[in-house]
Amino acid sequence: MKEKTKYHAIKVDAQKCFGCTHCMKICPTEAIRVVNGIAVIDEKRCVDCGNCMRACPVDAFYVEHDELSQIEGFKYRVVLFPSVFIGQFPEIYSESRIYEALLKLGFTHIFEVEQPASWLMESVKQSANDVYDGPLISSFCPAIVRLIQCKYPSLAGNISRRKAPHDLAAHFAIRQLIKSGANENEIGIFYVTPCSAKMAAVNQPVAEKESIVTGIINMKDLYNRIMKLIPAHETINTTEYRKHLSREGILWSLPRGESSWFRKRSMAIDGIHNVVKFLERLENDEVPKLDFLEFKSCNQGCAGGILLTGNRFLTVERLQKRAAAYPRAVQILHDFQEKEAVLEQLVTGEIEPKPVFVLDENRIKALEKMKKINSILCQLPGIDCGACGAPNCHALAEDMVQGKARMTDCIFLQDKYIRMQKIKPEKADKNLERIWGKQRFEADCNKKGGRNEGF
Amino acid sequence: MVFYIAGGDFSNAGKASSQIKKALKQLNVNAKSIKQIVVAVYEAEVNVAAHAWEGKVTALIGENDIQVIVSDRGPGIEDIQQAMQPGFSTASKEVREMGFGAGMGLSNIEKNTNEMNIESQVGEGTTLKFRCFYS
Repeated sequence: MKEKTKYHAIKVDAQKCFGCTHCMKICPTEAIRVVNGIAVIDEKRCVDCGNCMRACPVDAFYVEHDELSQIEGFKYRVVLFPSVFIGQFPEIYSESRIYEALLKLGFTHIFEVEQPASWLMESVKQSANDVYDGPLISSFCPAIVRLIQCKYPSLAGNISRRKAPHDLAAHFAIRQLIKSGANENEIGIFYVTPCSAKMAAVNQPVAEKESIVTGIINMKDLYNRIMKLIPAHETINTTEYRKHLSREGILWSLPRGESSWFRKRSMAIDGIHNVVKFLERLENDEVPKLDFLEFKSCNQGCAGGILLTGNRFLTVERLQKRAAAYPRAVQILHDFQEKEAVLEQLVTGEIEPKPVFVLDENRIKALEKMKKINSILCQLPGIDCGACGAPNCHALAEDMVQGKARMTDCIFLQDKYIRMQKIKPEKADKNLERIWGKQRFEADCNKKGGRNEGF
Repeated sequence: MVFYIAGGDFSNAGKASSQIKKALKQLNVNAKSIKQIVVAVYEAEVNVAAHAWEGKVTALIGENDIQVIVSDRGPGIEDIQQAMQPGFSTASKEVREMGFGAGMGLSNIEKNTNEMNIESQVGEGTTLKFRCFYS
């Protein structure tokens, strides 16, 4: 598969960002640097996990999404949303009232992503046969898939060769509509995304040419619209839309949602920093023999998605309650022919490794660079202050050998050079301006964050 | 790269292998070789933690191969031939209860490396050297 450039969902608003370094410090792949006073994301390293958005005190990160008005161009306007969407509403809003509000908004068909969840999970189980060595890793969370591709390339072959839940739901929805007489080009599929990672995955699937989804809707955006439209009382019966929904489906995107299904010896880990620690061990073979690993980038799984409103624990609580009222997946009748046809669409090729932490393709040069990094590190203060615009001293040393940073970027070294009269104070000021922007230190006190309000 | 390991310190066994792994990844060494090297180093680290009083891991990372020297001050190995056999172990009950000491360490190192050499003085210590070529 040829790829142009890696698509990214997360963008920085240069007007809002004031280079506070919160995002830079929390990024699990050290993808952010501060240049000219603004956070800059390295596209190769970014996995769209959204931790930067979460850490930002001034909402400088944003995701691009499609306008809702886009749906008007289609006769069949399908909204696909993951169950966590329902979970984020206060309990006084019943699911049927939320469904009604979606219809009011202009959608003609509603599908919860997890409807035929059991189909995909069964298929994921079978995909364990593709793995030669070690456990099968779930392909559920796109941030994790990208993280493994770039930081743990040796484990790329362990990722399940099955598409993501939204693909399942989209294929399922399209088939259902065609069966009831719709023409394929009259169908618009709009996916409500709980996070930046899924947004990126829909726009640029890991192992696919193009996505099946017509448009992407920001869950936060939709939440606000629904809150305005939600009816005071239930007026129509919407249960028909939920006839394929199962207990397991509703819990699918929460921690243990997949592993409790897979059974055997499986584990579930949520939170990308926890996942990183575990992947390090897994790569070193420092774990017992496992059959299946469910990794989710957000704490509390998709209930902690960056585009959700409300508290993630309350969302989990509501979903658990909701799930208890639904039948088990085995109790739901399925059309087997339909199932086979949909599952055929969900098989992908091998997930390619895309290592980005290589110092140099040429190993001799890489070795030289590594030696240089070590000798630079010895001179750096080792306090990881971030004043150089890099997340830590090691990252700065790496940037230096790659020609992306200079010794004087370190304010402690620079101070030493001034004292040694190696550089003039004016030159030092210029250096600081290059990282932190002009007049950064004569900041406008009226701007939010301008005088370090202490976030 | 040099790392020190204290006897009995299982929580830090794995530090050397993790750092070596990071370096090999930056050198674009293929994943399979990295895995073999990391497994060998980790086993050696655990051996020091399980049996010795203190030890040192030295890694010489080259263009086409890596050489690792693990030397310790410890009880030494009486019969190296026997120690090499899979399943042979002198690990204490406590060590076994921690999930180590299955007697696979040395044979696992041998399996994952291209050259391996052990020298040991009973009552003084052991020096293990191994070498892996990147494939």
